[in-house]
Amino acid sequence: MIVRNLTVELRTQTGALKPVNEVSLQIEPGQSLGIVGESGSGKTMLSMALMGLIPPGGRVTGEMLFHPGTDSPNDSQKNLRELDEAGWRSVRGREIAMIFQEPMTSLNPVLRIGAQIEEAILAHESGIAREVLHARVMAALQQAAVPEPEFRARQYPHQLSGGLRQRAMIAMALAAKPKLLIADEPTTALDVTVQKQILELLDRLRREMQLGLLFITHDLGVVASVADRVAVMYAGRIIEEGATGEVLLNPQHPYTQGLLAASPRLQRAKLLPIPGTVPQLTQLPPGCSFGPRCAFHRHDCDEAIPSFRPPQSDHAARCVLL
Amino acid sequence: MTAQPPLLEVQSLRKTYARATGVFAAASTGERFSAVDDVSFQVQTGETFAIVGESGCGKTTLARMILRLIEPDTGKILFDGQDLRLLSPRELTRQRRAMQMIFQDPFASLNPRMRVGEIVAEPLAIHHAELNKKQRLDRAAEILNRVGLKEDAIPRYPHEFSGGQRQRIGIARALILRPKLIVADEPVSALDVSVGAQVLLLLQELQQEFSLTYLFISHSLPVVAQLADHIAVMRAGKFVEFGPAEFILRSPTADYTRTLLAAVPEVPRQPNL
Repeated sequence: MIVRNLTVELRTQTGALKPVNEVSLQIEPGQSLGIVGESGSGKTMLSMALMGLIPPGGRVTGEMLFHPGTDSPNDSQKNLRELDEAGWRSVRGREIAMIFQEPMTSLNPVLRIGAQIEEAILAHESGIAREVLHARVMAALQQAAVPEPEFRARQYPHQLSGGLRQRAMIAMALAAKPKLLIADEPTTALDVTVQKQILELLDRLRREMQLGLLFITHDLGVVASVADRVAVMYAGRIIEEGATGEVLLNPQHPYTQGLLAASPRLQRAKLLPIPGTVPQLTQLPPGCSFGPRCAFHRHDCDEAIPSFRPPQSDHAARCVLL
Repeated sequence: MTAQPPLLEVQSLRKTYARATGVFAAASTGERFSAVDDVSFQVQTGETFAIVGESGCGKTTLARMILRLIEPDTGKILFDGQDLRLLSPRELTRQRRAMQMIFQDPFASLNPRMRVGEIVAEPLAIHHAELNKKQRLDRAAEILNRVGLKEDAIPRYPHEFSGGQRQRIGIARALILRPKLIVADEPVSALDVSVGAQVLLLLQELQQEFSLTYLFISHSLPVVAQLADHIAVMRAGKFVEFGPAEFILRSPTADYTRTLLAAVPEVPRQPNL
């Protein structure tokens, strides 16, 4: 998946706003990209755009080039932005799948787990024989490391623990063998010990299945443990991108530095909060959106949105100081 | 030196619930499980005592029993030398002034139909009936100022504020009676990282300024590591271990504490910041 200058524009009562603004990114098969941002940064709207789920009236510009891979029946690159709803239906779930923060609200409470996975498979491959379908459901549950798959397939979502529910969600998402998995805060609602298991599972699956993984989170510790590369979003834009170790150990943008200094660690240290709050998208300051909260703010910050520096580099940030 | 009695002492506190196995089975089976199982500890004046555990471990039930919002089955709760379970309802109301709570969800814990000034001043209306409305709102303005909100917050409604600001409103409401003990149940877990750090720092400042004692409930060891003097690790209704914070974080003795510590996704350390 290659995304170039993706912008989502929404019209609201208070005016037009861009929750996603000129976002460019790239995910290779088997690679995992972490998107880090606080609430209102646009990270969830970005994932919605990549799934073709922009709310009615929203306008999407830019390119979303998706290449399903050489083993796929239609081995050709397509710009997802040009798809109509029927076109999206053949991509959504099939080529690109998504898992969410709260599995309870995304699973159907009155359908057994097995039936929901069957549904996910049948949506894209109708006319599968019953026995084959059942075998596929079992395989999907086993792949997601659900213990006792025969028994769990007959249960309802409320009978599963949070961790098992998230595993069932992963089984459902991967049942149609997608190429890209978008995970939107999949472990935020889980206990740390369960979170660790789910992160390890996702890491194993993306390597085994050569799955591209787009992992959305607000937690820098989580991103450190799952992502090869990380993109930091603020007020709709990516403000820093690079290899995960590079960005977290040698952050270039003052916002990334601020986030790191505000993150509690096991070692007690004086936390340095970022002053102020994330700006409303309808009232963005001129120039760099982080300007008013930035300790290094100077007058040329307000003149224009800074471009990535150094340009064409593997680790770059949108800041005039660089 | 340590002759001072603890502000809060909990002795063998226990609470069991009937285990519901189905719509009709709940009452009949008689099977019970312990939400809090024989927990005892002491909290000294001015310290932060943290209770850490995963969901369902009983930490919130324990906090609510201490505030007498849930009735314990057995055990003693001594607050400021008084056994809370032996107090008359009137005495309990008086004692409640000295113990306040800060909740996790700043969206659910503020009445959306009340103005911020009324929310913050409401405890005064209950516990200090001698004050008139003007005096109450003056006090509310003063305390709102202290937690970092301006006076123009008073006539506004909670929905006009961000999550971090709402949490400050909740803190102001807890502080207005000048309590001795504040029970904070996951006060930053619903907030963004940068805002959560602001609230943690505010809680630390207020502790100094108002000589507060905190009982801090959290699932997050990194958060607890920032301000706890003592940490208790809770699992399945029991304290797995408790002790000084550095000891629990650096050289825990219980396997479960080690598992919890190892599961924390740590941000790599930067040498240059």
